[in-house]
Amino acid sequence: MPALPLDEAGKYVAAAFLVFLALLLIYVAIMAGRLSRLERELGELHEALDRRDAGHDPARDREHVA
Amino acid sequence: MHGKGLRTLALLTALTLTAAYALVFFWTPNDADQGFVQKIFYLHVPMAIVALCGFVAGGIFGAMHLRTRDGRWDLRAYVAIHLSQILAVGVLVTGSIWAKGAWGHWWLWDEPMLVSFLIVFLLYATYQVLRFSIEDRERQARYASVFAVLAGAFVPINFAVVRMAESYVHPRTLGTTTGGMPGEMMLTFLIALAGMALLFVTLWKYEMASKNAVAEVRALRLRLLGDDDALPRRTAAPTL
Repeated sequence: MPALPLDEAGKYVAAAFLVFLALLLIYVAIMAGRLSRLERELGELHEALDRRDAGHDPARDREHVA
Repeated sequence: MHGKGLRTLALLTALTLTAAYALVFFWTPNDADQGFVQKIFYLHVPMAIVALCGFVAGGIFGAMHLRTRDGRWDLRAYVAIHLSQILAVGVLVTGSIWAKGAWGHWWLWDEPMLVSFLIVFLLYATYQVLRFSIEDRERQARYASVFAVLAGAFVPINFAVVRMAESYVHPRTLGTTTGGMPGEMMLTFLIALAGMALLFVTLWKYEMASKNAVAEVRALRLRLLGDDDALPRRTAAPTL
């Protein structure tokens, strides 16, 4: 396997590819944040459904609290 | 449901991009003029082409929204433009790094290719601002679609005009004036372009699936809880 040349040009090439990688990773991190928020909301919906199955109307409960 | 075929697409993207960059570093010869620094070309140019095509696709989706009044087209346009903006940031930064390595300058203001791309980028930077400034969802989607169509039409016109302009420093990649590229370079470039296009489509599908899932959870929340929190706050992003 040929070794990558470590002269002056190598720094610029590495920097350009690292920028691309960083952009991808930032995008994935932002999407992961959105996914965890979605999971939290789904969890809340599951809890509301469980309460409803147990005989409580979640919508009415909210009105009482308000 | 919305992410149908996403896994296959993601695998195909990973394979194509890995193959392309393996060819870049282990098979494609160094450029006679620029040497090793020219390897940035296989990243920078496909990214620029895909970003510009994404802007045009946003315009087409915007036109479909204006024609059908279906909010899903507005969402498709929003996601395409949003991803193209991210790629455009990459184009500007990698281009600047390449310019420094090849020409000794981070930026050249008298180079039409660079300045025109910056103009396109700044034009699309106003897209989110325009959306956020309009509270009414219907109007927001309509005005954003008009913007997407007009700006999308500007992109190829701008590109054609710049290519016709006299070149100072920036090379014309696919032109014949410089004699074109050798076979290995062209093949590697085409694979890198295919990989970048696949990456764009994969991320577009991924974000569409994510936004559709959020919309469905909100609709369920509204139905189940009658919850005001389920209604989206004022945002630049379209809501279904």
